[in-house]
Amino acid sequence: MEEHAGHHSASSGHAPSIEEHEPSGSLVTYTVGLAFALLLTAASFIVSQTNLLWEPGVPAGLAVLAIAQMGVHLVFFLHISTGPDNTNNVIALAFGVLIVTLIVSGSLWIMANLNSNMLPPSAIMQMQR
Amino acid sequence: MSAEIGTAEFPGLGTTMARGGEGPAPVRIVVAYGFWIFLLSDIIMFSALFASYAVLSGQTAGGPSGRELFELRHVGIETLCLLFSSYTCGLGVLAVEHRRLRGFYAAFALTFVLGAAFLGLELSEFAGMVARGAGPSRSAFLSAFFSLVGLHGAHVSAGLLWLTFMVAQTAVRGPRDFVRRRLLCFSLFWHALDIIWVALLTLVYLMGAH
Repeated sequence: MEEHAGHHSASSGHAPSIEEHEPSGSLVTYTVGLAFALLLTAASFIVSQTNLLWEPGVPAGLAVLAIAQMGVHLVFFLHISTGPDNTNNVIALAFGVLIVTLIVSGSLWIMANLNSNMLPPSAIMQMQR
Repeated sequence: MSAEIGTAEFPGLGTTMARGGEGPAPVRIVVAYGFWIFLLSDIIMFSALFASYAVLSGQTAGGPSGRELFELRHVGIETLCLLFSSYTCGLGVLAVEHRRLRGFYAAFALTFVLGAAFLGLELSEFAGMVARGAGPSRSAFLSAFFSLVGLHGAHVSAGLLWLTFMVAQTAVRGPRDFVRRRLLCFSLFWHALDIIWVALLTLVYLMGAH
C-alpha cells in the first residue's frame, strides 16, 4: 500500500503516506477559471441587455454561455478531469446530467402538451350550462 | 493486485475503487467521490424546481412580471460576490493543503464576507419585492421564483454555517488529514452552489429581464 501511495506523492516530494496527495488544482487553475467565469458572465449580461445578438437567438445564446460557464466551473473549480482518478466522477456526472435533462425537458414537454389540450375557460363555461 | 486491502478508515472500499491494478484509491479520492454523488443528487433536486419555474414563469396572474421586478445591477453584484467567494474558497483549500494556516484563515474570512454579502443582497431584494406586494403568494410565477431562489439562498446560509464550523475545527484540531478532507468537501459544495447560481442567473434573471 505504501508504495502505491508513494506513487502519488513522488512528484511533490512529501513522505509517502496514503493521504499525501498533490492537491488538485493550483493558483493558476483557479485564476484562469475565475477569468473565464468573469468573461462568460459579462458576455451573458451584454447579450441579454444589448442588441448585439439577433433578437430571437438571445435565449439560445444565453443558454450556450451558461453551459460553457458551468463547464468552466466543473473543470477549473471542481477539478473534473479525464484522469484515471476521475473516471467515477465523470460517470456520475453523466448520469446526473441525464436525470436533470429528463426532469426539465420532460416537465416542459408534458406541461406544454397539457396546456395546449386544455379547453379555454369560455368553453368550460358553456359545457357547464 | 491488492484488491483485498482496504484503506484504514474505509475497509473494503479499495475493492470497488481500485484503478487498473494500481491498488486502492486514496481516501481523499473516495471521500470526494461520495460527496460528489451527494452534490449531484442536490443538483437533481434543484432541477425539479428549475422545471417548475420554467413552466410557471409566465403565470403572473395579473401581477408584476420578472421584467418589472428584477434589477440586473443588483443581480450582477450578487454574481460577482459569489464568483469571488468561490475563488477565495479555492485559494483557502490550496493554502491549507500547503499548511499555510494564515493564508487559509484570510481566504476563508473573505469567503465568509462575500457569501454573507450575497445573502444580504438577496434578502434585501426579497424584502423589497414583498414590500411592493410581490410576495410568494401573489402569483404562481412568484411562488416558483421564491422557492427556487430561496432554496439556493438556504444552501448559501447552510454553507456559511459549515464554513464557520470548519474554520473553528481547523483552529482547534489543526490541518489534519480528516480536517482537510472536510475542507475539500466544503469547497466542492461551495463551487457547486456557484454552478446552480449560473443556471439561476441565466434562466430566472437574464431571460426574465430580457
